[in-house]
Amino acid sequence: MPEQISDNQAEQLPPGLQIDKVDDRIMTLNVGPQHPGSGHMRIIVRIDGDYIVDADPDPGYVHRGEEKMAESRNYITNIPHLERPVIHDSCNILYPYVLGVEDIVGIEVPERAKYVRVIAAELNRCVYIQYWLAIYGIFLGHSTMFMWPAGDRELMIDLLEKMTGARVTHSYFIPGGVRNDLPANFEDVCLRQVNYFEKRIKEYADIFYDNPILKARTEDTGVLSSQDAIRLGTTGSVLRASGIDYDVRIKEPYDVYDELDVHTNVLKDGDSYARSKVPWLDMLESCNIIRQALEKIPKSGSVRTKLRPNPKGGVTEVYRRVESGRGSAGMYIISNGKPEPYRVKISPGSFRNLIALPYLLKGEKLGNMPAVYWSLNYWPVEADR
Amino acid sequence: MSVIAPKFRLAYFLKGVIDVLFWAIILVTLIGIPAIQIGLFYGNLPVIEGELVTAFLLFTLMFHPEMALPIIKSLLYSDLFRIAAFPGFGFAALIAASTIFVERKMLAKLQLRVGPFYCGKVEGILQLAGDGLKLISKEIIIPAKADKPIFWVAPVLFVATAAAFVSLIPVAPGGWVVADLDVGLLAVFAVIGFFPIITILSAWSANSKYPFIGGIRALHQMVSFEIPLILSLLGVVILTGTLNLSEIVESQSSFPWIIFMPIGAIVFFTAMLAELERIPFDLPEAESEIVAGWLTEFSGMMYGLVQLGSYVKLYAFAALFVVIFLGGWTGPVFWPPLDEQIITTGLEITSYTGDAFLTIATPGLPLFDADPNEWILQKQGEVMYTSGQLLISGVIWFVLKTVAVIFFILLPRGVFPRIRIDMLLHIGWYKLIGLSFVNIFIALGLLYAGILGPGGIF
Repeated sequence: MPEQISDNQAEQLPPGLQIDKVDDRIMTLNVGPQHPGSGHMRIIVRIDGDYIVDADPDPGYVHRGEEKMAESRNYITNIPHLERPVIHDSCNILYPYVLGVEDIVGIEVPERAKYVRVIAAELNRCVYIQYWLAIYGIFLGHSTMFMWPAGDRELMIDLLEKMTGARVTHSYFIPGGVRNDLPANFEDVCLRQVNYFEKRIKEYADIFYDNPILKARTEDTGVLSSQDAIRLGTTGSVLRASGIDYDVRIKEPYDVYDELDVHTNVLKDGDSYARSKVPWLDMLESCNIIRQALEKIPKSGSVRTKLRPNPKGGVTEVYRRVESGRGSAGMYIISNGKPEPYRVKISPGSFRNLIALPYLLKGEKLGNMPAVYWSLNYWPVEADR
Repeated sequence: MSVIAPKFRLAYFLKGVIDVLFWAIILVTLIGIPAIQIGLFYGNLPVIEGELVTAFLLFTLMFHPEMALPIIKSLLYSDLFRIAAFPGFGFAALIAASTIFVERKMLAKLQLRVGPFYCGKVEGILQLAGDGLKLISKEIIIPAKADKPIFWVAPVLFVATAAAFVSLIPVAPGGWVVADLDVGLLAVFAVIGFFPIITILSAWSANSKYPFIGGIRALHQMVSFEIPLILSLLGVVILTGTLNLSEIVESQSSFPWIIFMPIGAIVFFTAMLAELERIPFDLPEAESEIVAGWLTEFSGMMYGLVQLGSYVKLYAFAALFVVIFLGGWTGPVFWPPLDEQIITTGLEITSYTGDAFLTIATPGLPLFDADPNEWILQKQGEVMYTSGQLLISGVIWFVLKTVAVIFFILLPRGVFPRIRIDMLLHIGWYKLIGLSFVNIFIALGLLYAGILGPGGIF
């Protein structure tokens, strides 16, 4: 792999730096797992002066065996624990599982439930991105950008609480629809809060994205070219920031995304700044999608097709994926005719984005490490599953 | 490897108390009392109005205003008071403490939250005291194989250096400065030069990687920003022709130097932010990169001392900015607005209420009474003011200006992210030094064009 990305800036070490001959110059830092800038993982960073010679991400501190646990529970009782890896984005991480189970069991979803699912998924995407953005802000030492998204996130959480009854772990999607219908007068409240939310997040440009220090700090750092982004298998905002127009919502529309007008936000640069900006643009796009869904949603109707108590399908296997907050999240479910799945394999976006980290960090300055690391839209708990 | 705390037993408690009492008695008898006696033998006791003030007179003095007042006045004008209380460390620590509180509340308002709220009922006013108590009660942990003497002494040195910096700042007219040096500005630079040494020593002695990186960063930052810091003040020195800070303030009685040298002020302010390690220049304490930088291994009150030192340093830098660019204590004398007589000796108001004469006597404040032997009436404009009036008014102006500068030092924390080390060095070595030379040329141009003479505008 390294010789393939030789055109990458990450490969070019600073002049005079030879790893093998001057080993005593090199200091090894264990960034994490108890480090304010790491999350639940460790990055073994070897530095020469201020330059990172080598970075070795070491995830796995929060491995919870979700896939193994899924094999001993039936299709319905799998729902609450399969959303645990990303509780901020629980609707989206559950979405592919629910779609897959519907394929296995073979039931149709009512039209209203499909729209409710889209609204919940887009609200949840905003919740996740706000949380991610808050941490990106504090990683760069911008404490206001830590507080503002964390506060504005409450708007979306309020809406989700009205919809589902829970603030973060919703367990809202079930095979055959959603758990319960929208509360009365939800459409008006949702429209009002989403409009205010959009107005608020547009203000982030003034203090964060147009900030000259932020631009100078993150532009041209950790550049991931479009070829490398494809080769390393990145997905989601990282891929779109490198100039690849790829979004599962458009390429493989699920539920009613093909009836909605979804745009993707593609930036060409592939640097940390672009990677930090794409999720923010995604949030604005999510607001548009929610408004469209609120217009087109059928005003009445069922939101749930009744399942029989212990649903089971034939001997089959299915792979479904959705666009989560961190990129395409896929679930591969094998059914052997029993009420429990034979195997559930989760393919989250986080782990695929993490693969790019050592290539991006090599040759960077130590001060760029948090800016590059967290711009990869990586959620440690989801990657460890 | 956990240590279970022993259960409380009255016998252990009593033993502890008796131990403390025993050692207190031993130490006081062996060291304390001889020291007091030697001090009384050799020390000079003050003479107030022809009477030697001894310890026996202490209680008499406390309840006798006419005798207490002179001794308080003599205390006010003593060196110890200046070092410990008013223009020195006590004053600076008070402003530093209020700075911490204001910073928390202001930043909270900026970020749509409330900040400290519960401690002390009113807007969390006692939060700082609570934090101090917490820090004092915490265990001090020293890393294995650390260089213990240096590690112990570094926070103390940091506070001491900050206090030395404070002692050079003139606060009010009439010599209200701890050390009034003819080379005051040079002494300031000399004191500032100690900070990187203390930082790197403490970082190196901790035997830990993150403090080491933080210390190296602090060294880079402080050394590279000291040069523009010094150069930006050179224009003022050229125009005033003196290094004495009090004389620099007096040269600005008509106009503050910021009007003629805004570039120098901007350069100085930026370099000041870097010297103070405040956002956007807080690289030595960048938490997402190197945990807490050179403060990582400090725990308990050692950390508290470093924080105290850094806020005292913040006050000192803001005060230096005020002294050099904003005219220090100069400003119209607006307080007290009354006659000097009313302030010092009090006033008697008599009015006829129909039945009888009602007489109200207000007490005076003879502490600031002008002593004709020592304090000469100073003239400002048409009106004559006593030195007491000038002192109070000057201090108020000085504090107002300092608070304004501190506000501007705190504000970037809510607006800017952290900068990177190469950008920092680029700013320090290219942009700020270039701008400070522009400032020097402006000063020289003003001087040789004859617009401003040496000594400033009078």
